[in-house]
Amino acid sequence: MRLEPKPAPALVVALLYPIAAIVLTLAFTSLLVLAAGASPFSVFYLVWRGAAGSQFALLETLTRATPLIFTGLAVAVAFRAKLWNIGAEAQLYIGGVVTVVLGTGLLPLPSFLLIPIIMIAAMAAGALLLLGPAVLKTRFGVDEVVTTLLLNFIVLLFVSMLLEGPLKDPMGLGWPQSSKVIAEAQLARIIHGKRLHYGFAMAIVSAFIVWIVMKKTVLGYEMRAVGHNPQAAAYAGIPVNRVLMKTALLSGGLAALAGFCEVSGLKGNLTLDLSPGYGYSGIVVAMLAMLNPIGVVASAIFVAGIFVGADAMSRSAGVPSYIADVMVATALLTMVVAILFTRFRLRWK
Amino acid sequence: MEALDILLTASFWVAAIRIASPLIFATMGELICERAGVLNLGIEGIMTAGAFAGWFTVYAGGDLWTGVLVAALAGAMFGLLHATLTVPLGLSQHVVGIGVTLLATSLTYFTYRLLLPEVTSPPKIEPFQPLAIPGLSSIPVVGEALFTQTPLTYLAFLAVALTAWVLYRTPLGLAIRAAGENPSAVEAQGISVTTIRMGAVMAGSALMAVGGAFLTMSAFNSFFFEMINGRGWICIALVVFGSWRPGKALIGAILFAAFDAYQVRLQQITGGVVPYQIFLMMPYALSILALILVARRATYPKALMIPYQKGER
Repeated sequence: MRLEPKPAPALVVALLYPIAAIVLTLAFTSLLVLAAGASPFSVFYLVWRGAAGSQFALLETLTRATPLIFTGLAVAVAFRAKLWNIGAEAQLYIGGVVTVVLGTGLLPLPSFLLIPIIMIAAMAAGALLLLGPAVLKTRFGVDEVVTTLLLNFIVLLFVSMLLEGPLKDPMGLGWPQSSKVIAEAQLARIIHGKRLHYGFAMAIVSAFIVWIVMKKTVLGYEMRAVGHNPQAAAYAGIPVNRVLMKTALLSGGLAALAGFCEVSGLKGNLTLDLSPGYGYSGIVVAMLAMLNPIGVVASAIFVAGIFVGADAMSRSAGVPSYIADVMVATALLTMVVAILFTRFRLRWK
Repeated sequence: MEALDILLTASFWVAAIRIASPLIFATMGELICERAGVLNLGIEGIMTAGAFAGWFTVYAGGDLWTGVLVAALAGAMFGLLHATLTVPLGLSQHVVGIGVTLLATSLTYFTYRLLLPEVTSPPKIEPFQPLAIPGLSSIPVVGEALFTQTPLTYLAFLAVALTAWVLYRTPLGLAIRAAGENPSAVEAQGISVTTIRMGAVMAGSALMAVGGAFLTMSAFNSFFFEMINGRGWICIALVVFGSWRPGKALIGAILFAAFDAYQVRLQQITGGVVPYQIFLMMPYALSILALILVARRATYPKALMIPYQKGER
């Protein structure tokens, strides 16, 4: 059995592969739903209704998509340069930490100054957090997958330490949580009385900016070249290590914005359950989007919809909501296979 | 002085060997995969699946060794999935590995919730009991530490010996190592690189799963969410630290576990002056430190992470 390259298929044919991946994912999760004693059709309908069946559902999905867009962009940028940043979870939490450090009254500034300052500081912190593994990779040849993964655990313990120590809310009745950020540090809601906040708009804008950086700038070109073939890129005079550093800064900064938005736009304070694995889901989001920044927005909304819909479904149909995680993980694996088959065919011999 | 006296007590080393056991299984598993040229980042999820599969088999009425076997089979199945995608299809080992971890973890949690919908506190099983080896276990400290463990710990040491023997003393081991260094040489011998690599990933994944099962069937007696808690990633660091050699990786795992056991005791001595999180961070920080220390002289298997296509160079 071997793989042979084939000519790029027509767009219509090329779209059949991702569709096949989705169908396969649904088929596999149907089996699990059947095992849970429910009907796949009614379960998928309930997921759909919970994700997009009403204004409330749709807004909830977009709210949930906001951090996923940021972590998805962080991963997309890094993976494009083959910098394997699996640490978006840690960078997100650091963004949250900076937000509550600066946003709970330390800087008594008006909104139009305070919010940009917090954003920049959060991005800087996230960027520095990924710079460590990037330096270890380029200077010492330490695999960044393992270091970023291990940092996730270290940072979460660090946050836990802060929340039981210096950042602990004195009015929090002993819970490990920070004080609420002041009104000037909060992102406004897009629709009054609903949970969707301007972080979502920022996420969309960020996706466009990242798209422009990747497609229209020298840095974007260099990142793609380094990701495609680092030896060739070095031969062509691209400073590979410096490009990897810049990639790390951009990627870490984007992931930190997810933490900023969750605290500043949605939760109001920092807790240990700020993220139910947005950093890891960001990998799925980026891969489903084939690392395209605009595609990240669509796939983040799709993934968020599955999570939000499954929560609603699980309450009424009694199928464990972990079905959403299974679906998303299956979609990741089927999609990478589908993408492969748009470019190669299998030959048995 | 109190802090150093700990190191001389037998109970400390008994704990260290117990903590090392799951790491030894999973590190050997990862080592076999990597020696054949495949980085298996599915390890964290495969350990989770193994922990649950083994535990549930016993909970449902099976005996303990059946549980170990079921865990190994579950691991091998996820290994087969990983290997199919990364070996013949040559997909990114990073992406597939993370995907397998996400899938194995979520499938495990889904199954747990499905099979035990009503439980609030995790149900318990009767786990493996310590089995003192007559004679050897009465040697002070060393004998006690090594020979008053559960049968699963003895199996872990056996797994190291077996891995080392197969890798360095058998034609199969030569083929596995060559598949990770110079796959075309393997193919030139008329041996299929695909078969060798897929077999290695499946066998390695089975070992990882048994490592997970150690936690639910020997160290503890029930299954918790997030109980693997990064142990898989630590094992990947241990493989690098052990320069891809079973013996060195074993020593690394024991040193690491000793440090882990030590920090727990140190935590009790310092009595809350230092935040406990600092101690909990140490295993992860230590893994990173170990990676940095060996990085300069690490000699990766040359074909690690490079997919092999017949007839290509």
